[in-house]
Amino acid sequence: MNKDLLLYEKSKPGRRTLRLGALDVPAADTSRLPQGSLRAKPAVLPEVGELELVRHYVRLSKKNVSIADSFYPLGSCTMKYNPVTNEAAAGIEGFRHVHPFQDAGRIQGALAVWKRLEDALAGVTGLPAVTIHPAAGAQGELAALLVANAHFRAKGESGRNVVLIPDSAHGTNPASAAIAGLRAVTVKSGADGLVDLADLKAKLGDDTAVFMITNPSTLGLFETRIAEICAAVHDAGGLVYMDGANLNAIMGVARPADFGVDMMHINLHKTFSTPHGGGGPGAGPICVTEELRRFLPSPRVVEDGNGLRLDYDAPDSIGMLRGWPGNFGVVLRAFAYIRRLGREGIRRAAENAVLNANYLRVKLNKTYHVPFDRLCMHEFVCNTRHQRQHGVHAVDIAKRLIDMGHHPMTIYFPLVVSEAMMIEPTETECKETLDAFVDDMLQIAKECAEEPDKLHAAPVTTPVGRLDEGRAVKDPVLCYTCG
Amino acid sequence: MPFIQNTDADRAEMLAAIGVRSIDELFEQIPADLRVKAPIDVPEGVSENELWAELTELASWNSTTEKGSFLGAGLYRHYIPTVVDALQGRQEFVTAYTPYQPEASQGTLVAFFEFQSMVAELCGMEVANASMYDGSSAVAEAVLMSTSITRKRTKVVLSAGLHPHTRRTVRTYLGATDLEVVVAPIGDDGRTDFSGLIDDRTTAVVVQSPNFFGVIEDQAAVAAEAKQAGAVSIASVYPIALGLLQSPGEAGFDIVVGDGQSLGVPMAMGGPSFGIFATKNEFVRKMPGRIVGQTVDGQGRRGFALTFQTREQHIRREKATSNICTNNALMALRGAIYMAAAGPEGLREVAEHCLAKAQFAADQLAALPGFELPYAAAGHFNEFVLRCPVPAREVNRAIDAAGMIGGLAIADHVAGADERDLLLAFTELTTREQIERLVKTLSSLSQTVSVG
Repeated sequence: MNKDLLLYEKSKPGRRTLRLGALDVPAADTSRLPQGSLRAKPAVLPEVGELELVRHYVRLSKKNVSIADSFYPLGSCTMKYNPVTNEAAAGIEGFRHVHPFQDAGRIQGALAVWKRLEDALAGVTGLPAVTIHPAAGAQGELAALLVANAHFRAKGESGRNVVLIPDSAHGTNPASAAIAGLRAVTVKSGADGLVDLADLKAKLGDDTAVFMITNPSTLGLFETRIAEICAAVHDAGGLVYMDGANLNAIMGVARPADFGVDMMHINLHKTFSTPHGGGGPGAGPICVTEELRRFLPSPRVVEDGNGLRLDYDAPDSIGMLRGWPGNFGVVLRAFAYIRRLGREGIRRAAENAVLNANYLRVKLNKTYHVPFDRLCMHEFVCNTRHQRQHGVHAVDIAKRLIDMGHHPMTIYFPLVVSEAMMIEPTETECKETLDAFVDDMLQIAKECAEEPDKLHAAPVTTPVGRLDEGRAVKDPVLCYTCG
Repeated sequence: MPFIQNTDADRAEMLAAIGVRSIDELFEQIPADLRVKAPIDVPEGVSENELWAELTELASWNSTTEKGSFLGAGLYRHYIPTVVDALQGRQEFVTAYTPYQPEASQGTLVAFFEFQSMVAELCGMEVANASMYDGSSAVAEAVLMSTSITRKRTKVVLSAGLHPHTRRTVRTYLGATDLEVVVAPIGDDGRTDFSGLIDDRTTAVVVQSPNFFGVIEDQAAVAAEAKQAGAVSIASVYPIALGLLQSPGEAGFDIVVGDGQSLGVPMAMGGPSFGIFATKNEFVRKMPGRIVGQTVDGQGRRGFALTFQTREQHIRREKATSNICTNNALMALRGAIYMAAAGPEGLREVAEHCLAKAQFAADQLAALPGFELPYAAAGHFNEFVLRCPVPAREVNRAIDAAGMIGGLAIADHVAGADERDLLLAFTELTTREQIERLVKTLSSLSQTVSVG
């Protein structure tokens, strides 16, 4: 029996799962609709009974590697445990069935969750003005750049149209700058892996709007000169934006506001444990200084004499970036997580994240080359310098890890390290898991020398082997039914 | 500490392996004056049972739509089959990352390939992506995409019947461009009046059907007019309505977007939901977001992988088609499960029930003295505007007193709208008893007014 059929291939006319009861009002009269407004032919959707539907998705789920079943040291993604309590919390009736257009007095519980999480994020970052409107980190970046545009417009400095971005940054940074109408200019990394301060200073000027910095960087390194960097940007009249993708390393230990950061985003789906869901949803709250508060996107949760309400009409706001106030389901999960951890637990999470990363680094740095081999934060980058003589690449090591029961690390990022392998264990892993990973990585290094073909053939334990991704572009099949 | 498994003994052993004496030493890379001296301003943590008590208390402050609600306006209370929660809730889906390692992510990838197929079918288009954030941002992305299809065109024509959040979102996204945004007004019949606005400077024309006021637009006419002017036509849809109503593909649109909330996603204060995005094959390289394609492995076995990634930010950086990275995948999975559970017949049945309830309510409400349906002639699906003899807010207070949630007082969200206009939504979950209670409540209002 072929257990790999698509739903469409199991489909048979007349089958279905969802059936409503009898109508308690007269049947719809479609003749009252305007002419030509009815569908000519029904959409071709799968027609399957409930048991086949359940089996299909249960089987699919087993073809995924997830945090719930495997170690997932995917650098830059902070694949920490996603507490199951938080999933249950999102199912609570009083949160699930609320509409943001209800009278504010009838949704005070939802608004309170919102406000309390914003307050907590202000506590973590030291930046007082917070909004959880943006749908994800990239939208948070865009929101902040638009806030910067509004700020400079208000100051009569519309000539500031350059965003400086380190070469180790995430691709979303320059892509967001483009939508904000700003020109992305790359700042080099120095020999120590940190921002090249001289290069930055040379590029700062009257046209500088924002310097976007990921700190700790995507190399897992803390920008030790961050205060000097912020001061230099401020001296040039620009604003400092911190990409908060790596906040997990420093939360509770240091606050970006104290570095001199003016704006930042947080990925609730990284730092605050909301699940990645196979690619989303996330939430990308932004936190800014008091001076920039008035420009934040709408709506904001505000407090007045009658309690909390949503304010859609702040006069200086950059506006909305999506429908509705934000991803409340994500807000709720992050709130639940922060309530469990509290101020103490937040710091302990960062401490153990950094401890686990450094432990892996010292266990692996004699076998795999670590270009910046010193104390790291929550992640570190190694590469295949010692393995490439055997014709082995980062992708081969990643695929072999799958066969050994782990999700691979991030590979080929950041771009500043060739053949990069970026490892982020997170704080929720225990020492035994890290030791098992180390054993497997050392075993793989041996295989690189002794049986490299085993790596080239990997993975062999998965439902499919390495896929012909070129063919997917050359001969695209993107839809089952659409010919 | 919650969720930390390392013991003190583990930590000691690990610190020794690293060659440092303390955890604090690990953080010496952060200059001392930048580290906090006192605990951060966040409350103390709580246990799981304390958290649960706190959450249930907070949830009890909310009044839920389960008691009966006529509030829609883009976010609808539909029945969610239990299979949706049971299957989407599987940890293997919930806790996986974006499927960049296809061999380890075939579950998610197959589900997205099927999702794309179902969305494309529903919209009557050739290709769909694996989701956007939501309906409003999907419209904004579609407008940005139109500028890469047309050349040197400077004007975007938006229907005033777009959801007000969508119009705001488009304005925000276009704020840094030179594009001029023109809003086509709603005519007396409730449909958008585009006359004289679509011309050879127009890059995109955007219409929503049913529109924000519940009115079914003449989609084919809009698509044809855009086409004649060489502009990109963009339709924003309510997926449930497509069980019955003409698909934008049939009407001739170039891009179809919409919010997927009605397909098995709880309202939850408006998010997360997911955005749908479908278009024609010729535009696939200009499309934003992730796309899953079918291919084969070395042994010729069918497999699925993310494709056309050179469009995306992690490769193309500032030249990417969009900055989107994380999307709303898990909610899109809900949509796929919902569509598969419904099938074409189930979707049609849900749509017919929605229409039946709305028609039943409309007939009775229109008969109440002092109340009228200003756009009745144009035709509605599951939602319509009721013009009341008193401000809509007052009507909502009466509905609230009757133990249900009223509709949307439109003037609260649309500048210039008549303050007597109330937008009422009906779905398969609205019961006859609730509609009759609504009618009774409003009829007592109409009597008060006529006596007064």
